[in-house]
Amino acid sequence: MMQELLRADNLCKTFKISKKQQRIEKTSEKTKVAVDRLSFCAYEGEVFGLLGPNGAGKTTTLRMLATLIKPDSGDAVINGSSITSDPNGVRSKIGFLTSELKLEDFFTPNYLFDFFSELYGVAPEVRNERKKRLFEKFGIDTFAEVKVANLSTGMKQKVSLVISLVNDPQIIIFDEPTNGLDVITAKVVTDFLLELKAEKKTILVSTHIFSLIEKICDRVGIIIQGKMVVCDTLANITAEKSLEDKFFEIYEEVAGEQV
Amino acid sequence: MKKNILTIMKKEFARFFGDKRLVFTTILMPGLMIYVMYSFMGNGFASKFNTAEDYVYQVYTVNLPESFQDLKSDEAIHITEIETADEAGAVKTNLENQEADLLAVFPADFDEAVAAYDSMTAQGAAPNISLYYNSVSQTSSTIYRSFCEIFNQYESALANKFDINAAEGEQYDFATEKDTTAEIFSMMLPMLMMVFLFSGCIAIAPESIAGEKERGTIATLLVTPMKRSELALGKILSLSVIGLLSGISSFLGTFVSLPQMMGGMSDEVGMNVNVYSGADFIMLLLVILSTVLLIIGMISIISGLSKSVKEAGTAVTPLMIVVMVIAITSMMGGGAQEGFYWYLIPLYNSVQCMSGIFSFTMLPVNLIITVVINIIYTLLLVGGLTKIFDSEKIMYS
Ligand SMILES: Nc1ncnc2c1ncn2[C@@H]1O[C@H](COP(=O)(O)OP(=O)(O)OP(=O)(O)O)[C@@H](O)[C@H]1O
Ligand SMILES: [Mg+2]
Repeated sequence: MMQELLRADNLCKTFKISKKQQRIEKTSEKTKVAVDRLSFCAYEGEVFGLLGPNGAGKTTTLRMLATLIKPDSGDAVINGSSITSDPNGVRSKIGFLTSELKLEDFFTPNYLFDFFSELYGVAPEVRNERKKRLFEKFGIDTFAEVKVANLSTGMKQKVSLVISLVNDPQIIIFDEPTNGLDVITAKVVTDFLLELKAEKKTILVSTHIFSLIEKICDRVGIIIQGKMVVCDTLANITAEKSLEDKFFEIYEEVAGEQV
Repeated sequence: MKKNILTIMKKEFARFFGDKRLVFTTILMPGLMIYVMYSFMGNGFASKFNTAEDYVYQVYTVNLPESFQDLKSDEAIHITEIETADEAGAVKTNLENQEADLLAVFPADFDEAVAAYDSMTAQGAAPNISLYYNSVSQTSSTIYRSFCEIFNQYESALANKFDINAAEGEQYDFATEKDTTAEIFSMMLPMLMMVFLFSGCIAIAPESIAGEKERGTIATLLVTPMKRSELALGKILSLSVIGLLSGISSFLGTFVSLPQMMGGMSDEVGMNVNVYSGADFIMLLLVILSTVLLIIGMISIISGLSKSVKEAGTAVTPLMIVVMVIAITSMMGGGAQEGFYWYLIPLYNSVQCMSGIFSFTMLPVNLIITVVINIIYTLLLVGGLTKIFDSEKIMYS
């Protein structure tokens, strides 16, 4: 029996909509349900993919799991820590990557790695070894002393990725990890995710890229309009047809109901 | 716990001190600017109020009487005696053009008329001297004043009944340098210091808090297991250290140049910064430190609630006006308040303390109250900032 490292239980999140936005959307509803009673779990050593169209609630779900925002109701337990009652416990156990987490322009990748390592309480020897390995893997060693301000988008993303792993987390939560990367860098990242999986890490990724899901995921949850409509192994979902065809079939079913 | 606060502080310092331009504009420049400005103003006043040593005043007289003939022997005054009303008219034009300094018109028989005049019995008006001058011209008004003085003295000498402070070499004014310095410093410095401290803090806190929020770098800190309170305390402590350095720089600039500026305004003001002892400076440092903590705390809260540096700058303006108004209360003089309750009012207590320290009237108990109460207020503000960091509505909206 595989060990369950992450379990989300009826997560709900509703946002207030500003007056301006209400007018744009031509709606009188003051709130937007971004995540609606979402439940799923992820096991040790597996890659779980959250697949969904734009605005489905993927990022919102991941932000709740990473304790950046609090669920309105529901809870999730990550490696024994609850996101509602022990957010600091969760924070120390996960690595979180999303495009909204920016690095300070003024500092160099080298400085930032050390700084965040300190905040996670990583011992200097461990940190140095880890830094060397990760910097080499992503080619950051060539620009380790260049200020973030002077890095390209892709370089910045590599640094953000490496920084999210300073604590060598058991559970890794990546929001659209290959967005904005060229094919070469995207491959480095996907290969790296597979390596992490081989190290028995649990990885949760969100994406709307089918090929990424097909390449790395063991199980997939399809989110549409905040609801988990399918949650199964990739093998089961793609048993009859390709992931893409299956996704459109499900999407039409669900979105059709709504119309 | 403490380690994370230090880590945050170290980062803030690395950010600040690693940026030479920032260090220059917030720490070195305020002090330098103030020093240069005040010294310049002092010199400006000095040259405005003191005429060149070798200047010869151009004085024109009509009917210069016998009794004032010895004025001609004064080397600093060149006297031209004129006769006709025509010439007098030309001199008046010269006065207007600041080419002549003074025109003194005496009655034709001044000495006789004065001798004959008795204020007790006289029917008509006393003999009159007309002194024409130009108050805009520095030299003209100076020579006008000295002629008035000469004539007044002559008048009282004619009927000398008694003198005041006539003994030469006797010290009559017992105001010491210490008193003058105390009076002027206690009036000016608290006000200036509050303004400097506030502007120093406003230059750094919004950037570090609203700026990090605006650029999305604070979210990266918030996903680490560090406590929000550690982040709040680390930020406020490190910003306060920088604010303190900026404040000290402004203080030194003012302290060193203020006597020059005051000295320039008047010869009678003797000021000496050496009248203050080490203990005074330690008290001052305590007050400034606690004040900076408080101001940084206040600005941090406002910055935390703002979406951008710009918005924070606007939102801080009302607070700045309040600080200015409170700062100006020290200009009204009267020394420091004695009642301890005055020292429970934030910002006002700082102004009062500085006033008291500079006028040597500070009660130590009030100083302690100020420092302690300011630290308590700061801790409350740290708590507020922690809440702000913890609020997703404020942090990511
Ligand atoms: N802070 C917020 N305030 C108001 N509405 C929000 C907020 N964050 C997200 N939403 C709304 O919640 C819904 C879900 O957004 P979310 O970012 O989770 O989608 P997503 O699945 O990540 O989409 P994408 O693929 O475009 O990244 C959207 O309708 C979005 O407008
Ligand atoms: Mg998203």
